[in-house]
Amino acid sequence: MNNLFNYIEKQSPIHGLTGATKLVCLLLWSFAAMTTYDTRLLLFLAVFSIILFPVGKIRVRDVSFMLWFTLVFLALNTVMVYVFSPRHGCDLYGSTTLLFGLSGHFAPTAEQLFYQFNYILKYFATIPFVLLFVCTTNPSEFAASLNKIGVSYSISYSVALALRYIPDIQKQYHEISQASQARGVELSKKASLISRLKSASAILIPLILSSMDRIDIISNAMELRCFGKNKKRTWYMAQKFKALDYISIIVCVLILAVSIALSFINGSRFYNPFH
Amino acid sequence: MNDVIVEFKNLGFQYRAQASPTLYDINLKIRKGEKVLIAGPSGCGKSTMASLMNGLIPFSYKGKITGSMLIGGKESRDMSLFDISHVVGTVLQDSDAQFVGMTVAEDLAFALENDCVEQEQMKDRVHEVARILDLDKVLRHAPSELSGGQKQRVSVGGVMASDVSLFLFDEPLANLDPKTGKSAIELIDKLQKSTGAAVVIIEHRLEDVLHRHVDRVVLMSEGRIVSDTTPDELLSASTLSVCGVREPLYLTALKYSKVPVTAAMHPASLPDLVLSEDDKAKVRAFYTENKGKEKAALGQELLRVEDLSFTYEKTNKKTLNDISVSINKGEMVAIVGTNGAGKSTFSKVICGMEKEDCGRIIFNGQDFTALSIKERAEHVGYVMQNPNQMISKVMIFDEVAFGLRLRGVPEDEVRERVEKALKVCGLYKMRKWPISALSYGQKKRVTICSILVLEPELMILDEPTAGQDYRNYTRIMEFLKSLNAQGITIVMITHDMHLMLEYADRSIVFSDGRIIADKSCAQVLTDREIVDRASLKETSLYQLAGDCGILDGTGFVQSFIDYERKERDIHE
Repeated sequence: MNNLFNYIEKQSPIHGLTGATKLVCLLLWSFAAMTTYDTRLLLFLAVFSIILFPVGKIRVRDVSFMLWFTLVFLALNTVMVYVFSPRHGCDLYGSTTLLFGLSGHFAPTAEQLFYQFNYILKYFATIPFVLLFVCTTNPSEFAASLNKIGVSYSISYSVALALRYIPDIQKQYHEISQASQARGVELSKKASLISRLKSASAILIPLILSSMDRIDIISNAMELRCFGKNKKRTWYMAQKFKALDYISIIVCVLILAVSIALSFINGSRFYNPFH
Repeated sequence: MNDVIVEFKNLGFQYRAQASPTLYDINLKIRKGEKVLIAGPSGCGKSTMASLMNGLIPFSYKGKITGSMLIGGKESRDMSLFDISHVVGTVLQDSDAQFVGMTVAEDLAFALENDCVEQEQMKDRVHEVARILDLDKVLRHAPSELSGGQKQRVSVGGVMASDVSLFLFDEPLANLDPKTGKSAIELIDKLQKSTGAAVVIIEHRLEDVLHRHVDRVVLMSEGRIVSDTTPDELLSASTLSVCGVREPLYLTALKYSKVPVTAAMHPASLPDLVLSEDDKAKVRAFYTENKGKEKAALGQELLRVEDLSFTYEKTNKKTLNDISVSINKGEMVAIVGTNGAGKSTFSKVICGMEKEDCGRIIFNGQDFTALSIKERAEHVGYVMQNPNQMISKVMIFDEVAFGLRLRGVPEDEVRERVEKALKVCGLYKMRKWPISALSYGQKKRVTICSILVLEPELMILDEPTAGQDYRNYTRIMEFLKSLNAQGITIVMITHDMHLMLEYADRSIVFSDGRIIADKSCAQVLTDREIVDRASLKETSLYQLAGDCGILDGTGFVQSFIDYERKERDIHE
């Protein structure tokens, strides 16, 4: 089974950053990638975030499930964009360059292909960074950081707990699905999509019921140990900001600045090679 | 007096959703440095007592409290849950579910964090507690990487970190194997001696708790305290069996031998037990009378496994190593061993939920490996430990019918077969009930019933009696025995040594992915090496035999089992 959202403990410069730094960087980075359609910047972001993977000692194998999921979604999305507005690129770039001597509504144009290329690049500029964030951020440390940047600690802790229980719930799901398969629930590709969806409910109900039991126990266990007693709490896992934290945030601020500056220089969010 | 930590005065309690009170007229004092065991069957109110002591009542569970309760000299209703938790530290039953932190260190620090202790100080305190509990090597480990015993030590540590004056253990033995349970009782003892705090243990497994000295046993039944006395006094009286709490096995053996038990004999602890020559002679007489009779004839072979191996993909760990075993028709077999020894994996491979690396599985002469999980389920039924993990319908009838309907059985036949299965399981009267109205034990019955309806020849049950008191335990086991008598072969995965002794014809012992023994339960539980490797506990009967000068201890255990089964059959 694959890890869905899972912290992977390693020693690396990225793991060493505080959760707050990583969260701030993630927000700045995503905002930068969202504002711009400038091919040069997007290419830079995509390449940069892929370089960060070996720095954080995360292997492609560790995130393969999420990666596949995103790629499938991306492929679907790309096809849909083309089907619904095959000339969107021409409107954006203000010219029409038909390719391969084809004509008609669905004929490929250089502008459309370039637009969709940028569209795909945008995914590659953000998704790896999000995955990296998830894999290198210790949930408890993340909770401590959230609390530090002003989120109330009960919310911060719930986030950490949710992350902590994901592997447990995955394991339970696996066990329950095995037991239901033994009773005859068909989950393999032999069954039709509708009957598979129906079967999934046969697994979800026990999963929800047994999770409810656990929530009850855990909330009692927490209260018995004074959770919620004071307005504040301290964190065993809290970390101090180090030089690298400041550097990382500055770099991300710069990236955002470049992204905004480019919009002004290009006169729009798009980089137009067709003029 | 100042040294009374908890005091109940004419206390009564009724849960908001219930029609009648759970506790009546409770009067009880627990003093500093005392060690008290609260025992009684499920539903007697002992867990409610625990919730009152740690403040979960009235803060989490609402209801009507009458009378009064003092904690540290203060009226508890004027205190907050947090005030109480500084006096009473609770170790909950399920040490897995109460593990709040991501790692051991964080969990130990949890209460300190909430009390706003500075990080430096917190780290010192955590290291100190970890040293005492021998957890310093696993401080950075996640709960899933710990053994059951370690998890429990973490729960103890989490409470210990904040200096309480009473430790409350709610069923500390429920999820532990016998050997770990034994060390848990030793740990509690050590904890009490080193901190001087009071200890309250809520548990129904009397013999296991009495492994170490206890000052008083409070016995509860139907919401009232029926006895509050020393263990020696309690064990020489007859209140125990009336309340449905099981007495230590060695005492049962003494009763069978017609040896009168008095408090002066120190019946609470086997090493201290004083037996006269006359008593010993009676035990020996019992042994010779019941020695080695009838051996059940072996049935036809039903399942044969040859050289089975299995490796977990994720961890790359070989969990089953060259397993070869055979199970005969009509047998009732126990599979025992530590957590992670491969017991559950073995059952899953048999049912087709996991795919073996190599080896052969032959069922009724047919190659089983070629069949799918669904096809195998018609021959082998698997009942999970937690019934909540198996129940997916709202109504009992639908739940039992689920497997048949999925197999496309016509509705007339479904009705007929479900009704038949419900009757066998004693659930027919409740067939129109929603499952949510059932108790844990009844839910367990429903899950067994929903497997039974598929008419398997072999049923594998994972911990069929976990968390059940003696009464429910007996009900479930007698029910399984009656199924067995109707020709269904039964395999039980268990930690419970009583269950093995009383109901299994044979035990298969797993250790580190291998089978290290496959013989009668009496032989297994009297073999020190096997007992040790499989984290079991030697039965006290064996020691009793030694004390009475019976050389063949195994033979004595066997005659005890035979006698008990015969008695039980007569009573039915």
